[in-house]
Amino acid sequence: MRKTLMGNHAAAVAVRLARTGVVAAYPITPQTQVVEALAEMKATGEFPGRFVRVESEHSAMACLVGAAQAGARTFTATSSQGLAYMHEMLHWVSGARLPVVMAEVNRALGAPWILWTDQTDSLAQRDTGWLQFYCSTNQEILDATLIAYRVAEELLLPVMVCYDGFTLSHTYEPVDVPDQALVDRYLPPIQYPYALDIKEPRAFSALPKPQEYFRLRRRMDADMQRAQEEVAVAEEEFAELFGRRYSAVEGYQAEDAEVLLVTSGAPASTALDAVDRLRAKGLKAGNLRIRQFRPFPTAQLRRFLRPGVKLAVVDRNYSMGHHGIFCEEIKSALYAMPNPPQVFGYVAGLGGGDITPELLCEAWEDCAAGRGDLNAPVWLEDSR
Amino acid sequence: MPRLDEDPFLTPPIITGGTPMKANKTGHWRSARPVIHDDKCTGCMLCWKFCPEACVTIEGDRPKIHLDWCKGCAVCVEECPADAMSLEDEEGA
Amino acid sequence: MTVKTSIPATEGLSAGHLACQGCGATLSMRYALKGLGQETVLVIPACCWTILAGPAPMSSVDVNVVHSPFACAAATACGVKHGLVSRGDEATCVVAWGGDGGTFDIGLQALSGAADRDEDILYVCYDNEAYMNTGIQRSGGTPRGAWTMTTPGPAGADRPKKDLDAIIAAHRPRYQATATPAYAEDMVRKFKKARAIKGFRFIRILAPCPPGWKYESGDTVALSRLAVQTGMFPLWESEEGRFRLNLSPGKRKPVGDFLRRQARFRRLTAEDEAAIQAQVDAAWEDFAKRA
Repeated sequence: MRKTLMGNHAAAVAVRLARTGVVAAYPITPQTQVVEALAEMKATGEFPGRFVRVESEHSAMACLVGAAQAGARTFTATSSQGLAYMHEMLHWVSGARLPVVMAEVNRALGAPWILWTDQTDSLAQRDTGWLQFYCSTNQEILDATLIAYRVAEELLLPVMVCYDGFTLSHTYEPVDVPDQALVDRYLPPIQYPYALDIKEPRAFSALPKPQEYFRLRRRMDADMQRAQEEVAVAEEEFAELFGRRYSAVEGYQAEDAEVLLVTSGAPASTALDAVDRLRAKGLKAGNLRIRQFRPFPTAQLRRFLRPGVKLAVVDRNYSMGHHGIFCEEIKSALYAMPNPPQVFGYVAGLGGGDITPELLCEAWEDCAAGRGDLNAPVWLEDSR
Repeated sequence: MPRLDEDPFLTPPIITGGTPMKANKTGHWRSARPVIHDDKCTGCMLCWKFCPEACVTIEGDRPKIHLDWCKGCAVCVEECPADAMSLEDEEGA
Repeated sequence: MTVKTSIPATEGLSAGHLACQGCGATLSMRYALKGLGQETVLVIPACCWTILAGPAPMSSVDVNVVHSPFACAAATACGVKHGLVSRGDEATCVVAWGGDGGTFDIGLQALSGAADRDEDILYVCYDNEAYMNTGIQRSGGTPRGAWTMTTPGPAGADRPKKDLDAIIAAHRPRYQATATPAYAEDMVRKFKKARAIKGFRFIRILAPCPPGWKYESGDTVALSRLAVQTGMFPLWESEEGRFRLNLSPGKRKPVGDFLRRQARFRRLTAEDEAAIQAQVDAAWEDFAKRA
């Protein structure tokens, strides 16, 4: 059924459709309506799961550690400071191999106080052992959340579904809400293999020897690597059932492009417009949208790259003293290629400034004209 | 440097505990052992009740201290109301 | 002939655990498990019991254990309960089991949240009055005058022990009690009682610690008893706010009987001791009024 939903409601609807057992969440702008919508659905009986109004984000994730260990399908949502406050628990969840799914509504980090979007909050969680998906539409928020459960429960790794604060979270778009029966086919009830069993007492997350820890981490990485294939399988099955196809890296006019914009999140939608404008001027422009940040889709990215192509990576996030985070990851992923493309970094929209088609065109043209700097990012300001 | 070439999927994703700690014998922690003097023991079982190791068992109407695990804390010796226990140095301790 | 014991003969604690000699927290766990039974999940934050529950793949208790980070035993326990209930298991008792650091200090927010929501869990604080697992540093549970590694001066800890019981009571829990291992029957009874109550329950155990309090390990039960007999640690319980003193020490022994057996209080002067005595006397007047 087609509905007009804001991004936050699309996330909440997905959680209901997934028949999630336990939700624990704490409100933070711009995630708030996810929590409110679930509370409302709980009150009306539409959402039959448990809803725990915890007193902090740290406790939200701690609560899900317990619930997931008890074998329940779990969900939380947060943003920015809330995610930072959860940081300790993010490591714990992945290390305990709990298939928690979280909506992460991208918002910049203070100080100073800032409400609007950028991706530094979630990208700073790079090494916590979570898969990360970046959405560009409200439809994708719903779809990616369902795919996240499939993948998390297959791999026993947690998944973060990230989307832009306000730009997506508070913006209404038409969203196809799939039938419950179809979702049930895609997402059978959770069967967590290490669920607490009262008849067979065990200890979970007890101290191992260093050698055992080392091997556990290696296994975790092996599962993260396996995620490349598992996510693709889950996306393929999703396409068969729901008719919407996603992949880790999505190209637009990429085949013959001389310079490729590289974008993620909502600006990746804007980039399509920018590419059309550039093409209308006869310029060989294209866009690559990175949907998946962990595991990093190195092979999928390389498939789009022809010798001589240049990449203009537009980051709404930053690693101080270095680069935009997608830019540095892409450089690292392509370093071992024969004749790797030149990668230019553009930083824009930190703290929620608009990333307009004009701004993206400017990044493209700057790169095409050879004005980019391989060693330092160009900071682009929306000057309207 | 030895490389870890073994298939990583041979390692389970987590290690769960469940093997009883009883396999871990802690008797060698002890520098002195509690001794029950049968002539004075009334079988009140306070030594059983107050043992932090759970290494005193009730055998019929008498307590038995399992020295494989007893760490020699001497709580039982202190608590014995019949003065039926003493603490004796381990040989060589 | 079978002896009739005053506490259940079932044994949930396994010998071979890694506790120090004479550990009051371990003796307390032994009694707790007698009261709780096997249909129990323990959630243990960073504390001595992180180690005592056993390194993987061992376990020193015969119930499920979920380890949690330091700050969030209460929140994790809530999650276990909600997860079990969502899967149709209403019966299992979920118990958070933390030390004083994880309860008085870093875990207080999550604990307050769980108490405020009247979560159906039992939170147990085994209070050994300092960060013992990291090697005896001052916590909010450390009494004034006690030596610790972070209060090394002649005056010891310069602040009084935080009144956690009052903080918990302010949340109006379903059940709240104190216990200490010298009174094993009382402790087992309280765990049985707490287990049967629905909603948020809290038990604080005074758990003597030989290396942290600096006394001979054989004195653990004697000190636990003296804490009660001197009136420094009253045994009480409160059900839906109805307060009851469990054991009146009658004529209380002087606090010096408790303090002087512990080298952590070695530097207390006669005036210090008199001041502590005066505080205990005043507290008892309050107790008499409440009870």
